[in-house]
Amino acid sequence: MLNYDLVIIGGGPAGLAAAISAKDNGIDSILILERDKELGGILNQCIHNGFGLHTFKEELTGPEYAERFIKEVLGRKIEYKLNTMVMDLGKDKTVTAMNREDGLIQIKAKAVILAMGCRERSRGALNIPGFRPAGIYSAGTAQRLVNREGFMPGKEVVILGSGDIGLIMARRMTLEGAKVKVVAELMPYSGGLKRNIVQCLDDFGIPLKLRHTVVDIEGRDRVKAVTIAEVDENNKPIKGTEERYECDTLLLSCGLLPENELSRSAGVDLSPVTSGPIVNDSLETNIPGIFACGNVLHVHDLVDYVSKESTTAGENAAKYILSFNENDSPDRVVKINTENGVRYSVPAFVRPDKMADNLTVRFRVGNVYKNVNLCVYANDTLLQKLPKKIMAPGEMEQIILIKNKLNEVSDLNTITIKIEEA
Amino acid sequence: MRYDVAIIGAGVIGCAIARELSRYDAKICVIEREDDVCSGTSKANSAIVHAGFDAVPGTLKALMNVQGNEMMDKISKDLDVPFKRNGAFVVCTKDQDRSALDELIKRGLANGVKDLRIIDRDELLKMEPNIADDVTYALYAPTSGIVCPFNLTIAYAENANANGVEFFLNTEVLDITKSEDFFVIKTDNDTFEATAVVNAAGVYADKISAMANAKEMHITARRGQYMLLDKTAGDHVHSTIFQLPSKMGKGVLVTPTVHGNLLVGPTAEDVPDKEGVNTTTDGLTSLAPLSSLSVKDVPYRQVITSFAGLRAHEKDDDFIIGEDSQVSGFYQAAGIESPGLSSAPAIGVALAGEISRKLSFSAKSSFTETRKGILDPDTLSLEDRNKLIKENPAYGNIICRCEMITEGEILDSINRPLGARSLDAVKRRTRAGMGRCQSGFCSPRVMDIIARETGIPVEEVSKHGKGSEFIVGTNKEL
Amino acid sequence: METRELNCIVCPMGCPITVTLENGEVTSVTGNTCPRGEKYAKQEVVAPIRSVTSTVKVLGGEWPTVACKTKTEIPKGKIFEVMDALKGVSVDAPVNIGDVIIENVAGTNVNIIATSNVKAC
Repeated sequence: MLNYDLVIIGGGPAGLAAAISAKDNGIDSILILERDKELGGILNQCIHNGFGLHTFKEELTGPEYAERFIKEVLGRKIEYKLNTMVMDLGKDKTVTAMNREDGLIQIKAKAVILAMGCRERSRGALNIPGFRPAGIYSAGTAQRLVNREGFMPGKEVVILGSGDIGLIMARRMTLEGAKVKVVAELMPYSGGLKRNIVQCLDDFGIPLKLRHTVVDIEGRDRVKAVTIAEVDENNKPIKGTEERYECDTLLLSCGLLPENELSRSAGVDLSPVTSGPIVNDSLETNIPGIFACGNVLHVHDLVDYVSKESTTAGENAAKYILSFNENDSPDRVVKINTENGVRYSVPAFVRPDKMADNLTVRFRVGNVYKNVNLCVYANDTLLQKLPKKIMAPGEMEQIILIKNKLNEVSDLNTITIKIEEA
Repeated sequence: MRYDVAIIGAGVIGCAIARELSRYDAKICVIEREDDVCSGTSKANSAIVHAGFDAVPGTLKALMNVQGNEMMDKISKDLDVPFKRNGAFVVCTKDQDRSALDELIKRGLANGVKDLRIIDRDELLKMEPNIADDVTYALYAPTSGIVCPFNLTIAYAENANANGVEFFLNTEVLDITKSEDFFVIKTDNDTFEATAVVNAAGVYADKISAMANAKEMHITARRGQYMLLDKTAGDHVHSTIFQLPSKMGKGVLVTPTVHGNLLVGPTAEDVPDKEGVNTTTDGLTSLAPLSSLSVKDVPYRQVITSFAGLRAHEKDDDFIIGEDSQVSGFYQAAGIESPGLSSAPAIGVALAGEISRKLSFSAKSSFTETRKGILDPDTLSLEDRNKLIKENPAYGNIICRCEMITEGEILDSINRPLGARSLDAVKRRTRAGMGRCQSGFCSPRVMDIIARETGIPVEEVSKHGKGSEFIVGTNKEL
Repeated sequence: METRELNCIVCPMGCPITVTLENGEVTSVTGNTCPRGEKYAKQEVVAPIRSVTSTVKVLGGEWPTVACKTKTEIPKGKIFEVMDALKGVSVDAPVNIGDVIIENVAGTNVNIIATSNVKAC
């Protein structure tokens, strides 16, 4: 059995930022466990630019962004193990991991940060009917093949889902010589960033069909054609609106799911909305000493916010390790209710006595809202009212909760974030 | 190439027959169109070992089912195949006639099925809390089981191969002619000669029979669509929950799989295309309302994949097993729809027995009755697992993160006899790619391993044989 | 007089912008809600620019490709010329972020530089 103060599961952007921050806040005994052969996680295959505008005030590509954090980790001599899969996480913060050299090892940690990221929703989970030939890839799998291995997974492509990875891959495949025929999106709006629609689709004349889905995949061995159709208000395909595209490839960019199998095995409570852990203002889960950050907590659209959130998690994990006392009485907690179009919030709880003076709360909305007010209530008292020109499901929102303001409200028992008409 | 017996079709039936024939001193081959065994009906079905109360008494279906069920404990042990007698219920709702259950019991007794009884809702709820609210009574069949159909077929094939049976994959039979005392089988590769031919060609059995001028039969491809749910939903039910059977089959069932997933299906639709293994919007959307008649709150949000298989339905509604009535030396194993998987061990023994007697084969002393499956490191203690990794570090390298499959297991699946050559073949042997991400993570990695181990370029690695390659070129050079 | 409609891509707001041109000169920009939007719109209608990111082959590396990009933006119309220039290009491992792979690619006065590290193997 190995012993570390802090074990971080995942060496992607979340794990790296959390490790740096924990180290800077006084923790020396840190171990990062990464399943791939290098640090940096999925950023290594995201070779497009647009990363780091908030953090570094310049536009970097994914590997460049990752490299800046990797250098910080190496400079601080933080330990890490590559090619190492975490097999199990216990409630008592015992981590079971495995690699070729060490075999199966057990590590006892005082605190654990979950930074495992997310995975893509598969064809199966989408219930797309048709045959099951080769040529159906999640956009991220195609991205790995093209960007890391130099292989083209197809020549003529239909993309389902207008998530950012799908849009980025539409441009990548086009630049490398493939023909992207259409992008179909079930929702009435794109799930991706506007800039990606302009730069990845419009620039190359690739049509985006909103309110469309795939209703058939042809081809026994390799995809031969994909049929898309318009959907009605219940997202059911409308007969007679089918359009058939001959192609050899279908890419799927239909959402990301936080990857919480380990969290579940440790008994971490998960949110049915985000599929990520339910955390308090220190990003701590219901299991004391287990923290979560990045896409395993909730799916982000900008890595800059992942880094920020993970810095907070690292800092709080450090505080936990340095000041943990099992005789401490439980903290007073207040729930954050999300209503009227606000789907969830991270954190879901705050500790009014211990929270940061200015606490960032991140959330997403469930629809496109124009010219509305975003309101924060403490019990029934209106604390903030922010006019918003536009809010969309594809863009993560944030507000700042001010500790002093909250604590001025007597008998604080709920905080509510909701959208109100202007 | 001259064989004593050529078996056409490497599904569970063809492979079971091959394995039972490999007990004898004879030259046997199996000819299969696809790139792997278990590539047709055997790979896409309910994976149930039926108790045997459903088939009409006196039919081959009834006889083979009950015998096959009884043989399953030994065969699964000998061949190292996961099998579990999890029991089954046929449920009756308040709008249905309870006497239908009594009728099933009567049939079951006539067929020789043991331990059948009818239980009331209270008793059922204790065993299956998620049973639908309208269910009043159920027939309980404790001998019903679940098996891994891939593993069973592959195990039969590997054991047959170890005992001398030759397998010719990627080989499609085009014509069969009979000379004086042997058959000439023309394929798209070689031409084979055989004293006896076994027709185990699944949905194509009628075509093969016609090639040999044997009994005319009409096999209809009856499609069944399924949804498979994540292992987190695997204990929604513990037994197999059937509805009262209808003319088209046993209705939609809800069952755990032997690997711990939850399976719902099948639909039953006759399709004109013997290759029609596509799922449809209508088929998939029909499953939720149908399953809710027997089991409530199936968590359909946790579906990880859907698939379809084709039942080889013969118009006379029974298996056709034995020497053909018109062409001597031509043996039928046709019309094998449900309960075909359950019956496979019995069909294998029956047909191998018949052929060996006819051709006067003698038993061979070198026959090896057991086969060891791919080692599952999860079954080892921490110490043993570490010893294994020390000896072979590939067992310390996880390739499929969802099912936690190591490189060691994948290497074993490729390098053992009749080893995997495609991603689907690796998947059926190891479960790599069968989990919740459906191979999004592991497919590039498995492609690399197959290319490395078999010495082919990655561009030639396929999903299930020629024509299903993943890569179409390199960057900038399409 | 000519008008052009575009979607601003400077920030997530995605303002719909109308630009009016006369003899190729921008005479008005409307619809934007910030000065950055105006700047983007002027550039976009007169001389649109883009970054290009791609990969080139690596010989003797632990990965078969290395990521690369145009160091700064290039004229949008030159995207495919830049891609053509990358065809058949290979570099020897090791490659480090910032290494120049092609100088003055496609006559743009912009270099192609590596954006990932590939160790030799």
